[in-house]
Amino acid sequence: MPRSAASALFGALFSLAAAFPALAAEPAIHIGVTVSSTGPAASLGISERNTFSILPKTIAGHPVDYYVLDDGTDATHGVTNMRKLIDEDNVDAMIGSTAVPASAAMIPVAAEKHVPTITLAASATLIEPPTGDKRWMFKTPQNDSLMADAIAAHMVKEHVKTIGFIGFNDGYGDSWLTEMQRAAKAHGMSIVDVERYARNDTSVTGQALKIIAAKPDAVLIVGAGTPAALPERTLRQYGYKGLYYQTHGAASSAFLTAAGKDAEGTFLPVGPVVVADQLPDSSPVKKVALGYIHAYEKKFGAGSSTSFGSDAYDAYLRLRAAIPVALKKGQPGTRAFRDALRDALEHQTNLVVTNGFVNTTPQDHNGLDTRARVMVVVKNGTWKLVP
Amino acid sequence: MNATIALFLVQDGVINGALYALLALSLVLVFAVSRVVFIPQGEFVALGALTYATLADGGLPGSVWLLLGLGAAACLRSLASPAGRGASVRERLILLAATIGLPLAATGLAWLLAPLHPGALVSTLLTLAIVAPMAPYLYRLAFRPLANASVLVLLIAAVGVHLALVAFALLTFGADGLRAHGFSDASLALGPLTLTGQSLWIVGLTLALILGLWGFFEFTLTGKALRATSMNRLGARLVGIGSAQAGEIAFTLAGAIGAFSGVLMVPLTTIYYDSGFIIGLKGFTAAIIGGLVSYPVAAVAALFVGLLESFASFWASPFKEVIVFTAIIPVLLWRSLRSNVEADDE
Repeated sequence: MPRSAASALFGALFSLAAAFPALAAEPAIHIGVTVSSTGPAASLGISERNTFSILPKTIAGHPVDYYVLDDGTDATHGVTNMRKLIDEDNVDAMIGSTAVPASAAMIPVAAEKHVPTITLAASATLIEPPTGDKRWMFKTPQNDSLMADAIAAHMVKEHVKTIGFIGFNDGYGDSWLTEMQRAAKAHGMSIVDVERYARNDTSVTGQALKIIAAKPDAVLIVGAGTPAALPERTLRQYGYKGLYYQTHGAASSAFLTAAGKDAEGTFLPVGPVVVADQLPDSSPVKKVALGYIHAYEKKFGAGSSTSFGSDAYDAYLRLRAAIPVALKKGQPGTRAFRDALRDALEHQTNLVVTNGFVNTTPQDHNGLDTRARVMVVVKNGTWKLVP
Repeated sequence: MNATIALFLVQDGVINGALYALLALSLVLVFAVSRVVFIPQGEFVALGALTYATLADGGLPGSVWLLLGLGAAACLRSLASPAGRGASVRERLILLAATIGLPLAATGLAWLLAPLHPGALVSTLLTLAIVAPMAPYLYRLAFRPLANASVLVLLIAAVGVHLALVAFALLTFGADGLRAHGFSDASLALGPLTLTGQSLWIVGLTLALILGLWGFFEFTLTGKALRATSMNRLGARLVGIGSAQAGEIAFTLAGAIGAFSGVLMVPLTTIYYDSGFIIGLKGFTAAIIGGLVSYPVAAVAALFVGLLESFASFWASPFKEVIVFTAIIPVLLWRSLRSNVEADDE
């Protein structure tokens, strides 16, 4: 037999053998993922991307394939990824994207193609109101309003009357400014100065001086990751003595490293996963959260897990709970299965995830409540649960 | 606003302005000699900063792989070019030393010295040895083959190089920023102001570099050759000044100045893999105000950009960048009204 024919025959046999287990078992479930592992949101997107590499390969007896793409924190790119995943890989559900703009651009595609989509971006505008196109959108991170209320309640306890605000000059900053103005008003406080800065700014001296001149009782810094440290360092440098608050965007070890001892005494609301080991043993969240952290750090090194990665893991937990329900209505790869999956995601009760308990309804596609946040304070370079 | 706040803002503006001045000078230099609008200048700042911070922390910076790769690619490119094929043995040895030997030596030294936590001086020199040679390699790879193309084509090539360098920086240094300790932790109280040692170093070294560049262009043969090339490329070639060599020297200087600015900046603030672009753009704004030809005007304009940025961040922080970059428009209008329209693109 000629050599080329032999190798062709061998190749055919080999691919048949490789395909055989899949034929014998249940049809595979395809899950498309587009996250921002490059570009401005990369520090969030990388730990989300990594999370998909530690997930189990089967759900309810069906093999699961994750198709993970990078959208470079770019809305156009996110939509291209999503269309490619739906048209070429026939995905049953989408997870992504990391940041608000790309996630917002994905909403019409989700509705057009009837693919349930779980975004990892924080803004409530992505899922509210859950009618029309947004029927197909779900969201794992806590709403900013939930976190803003936690900060406002804590400020009241500390007798804060006036607040200085310095935040990112983007959607994250805008969303927080709106929520904080609402929460402050509800609790009888006022925001006396609003300053903005960019993630890449090398100096915020001007903004810090203006805040100090306004003499607020507390200052709220709205940033994500390492860049959230810059205003805190600058304010300390120029001698601001009031209380410091950060948002859950700062809840990463990179922030603690960058801010160093300047972060001591800073309060912030976080998902319970950030302080999983300090939760009471009676909390069902503790087991799930520690399970995720251990699995992640086993592969990527001690201290490498972030709350952003846990948002991606929560998306998996929601799908894992919804898929068995949907399988009763249809087979993966069909319209019936995707419709059923969407319905199942909308009716989850008391599902334990790393960030609390999920109770979704047709009116609430986030489903998290006040159990999804705790206040922590930075003490000796680490997070300490505030009782 | 009171006098104290104004003083703080001026201090901040002067420090940033000094760094922008260095970048503006190197942009003017590169453009005058090679007609390349050197967009990747900012990436050299970021690479310099990240390399320095990694070295100071005792690690081997990932930028050495870029250096080795670019050196090898530049070597192959030169050997494959018509001039390279006809080169003598001696010329080939020099080429090998410059593109293979130098990166290997810099990598070896960094690998040996970094774990010993060398001081600021050694780390700075190592950073310059690692980052600065990338500029002439890039010139050989991306710009010299296009030497006779239009300014627009060169600009597009520069954008391409910029994108490639940003992607590489993300790959090797990761998405989180780095920060290093300064040359000096001393600080000096002057009335309400606190002058940090680092800020004095920045302003002092910038002035020294500007003076040094002036001396280089006024008094050395190489400097004069660069000036001749920037004034009249054809004329300079006729009297025996190679425009390729001039371009290589200009790029080396620009790379070294960029890396050095990064070293100066990284103790002040956290630098990210993509921080360089916006910093470079501000230097570019200053260079434009100087018409991309005048060193002194560019340096003064850089100081102006720094101050404008500082005060804009106090008065209207959401519009800071808008204010800084809009400042270019009246200058461009004024320049275009004042100068007679001439077909200056070749």
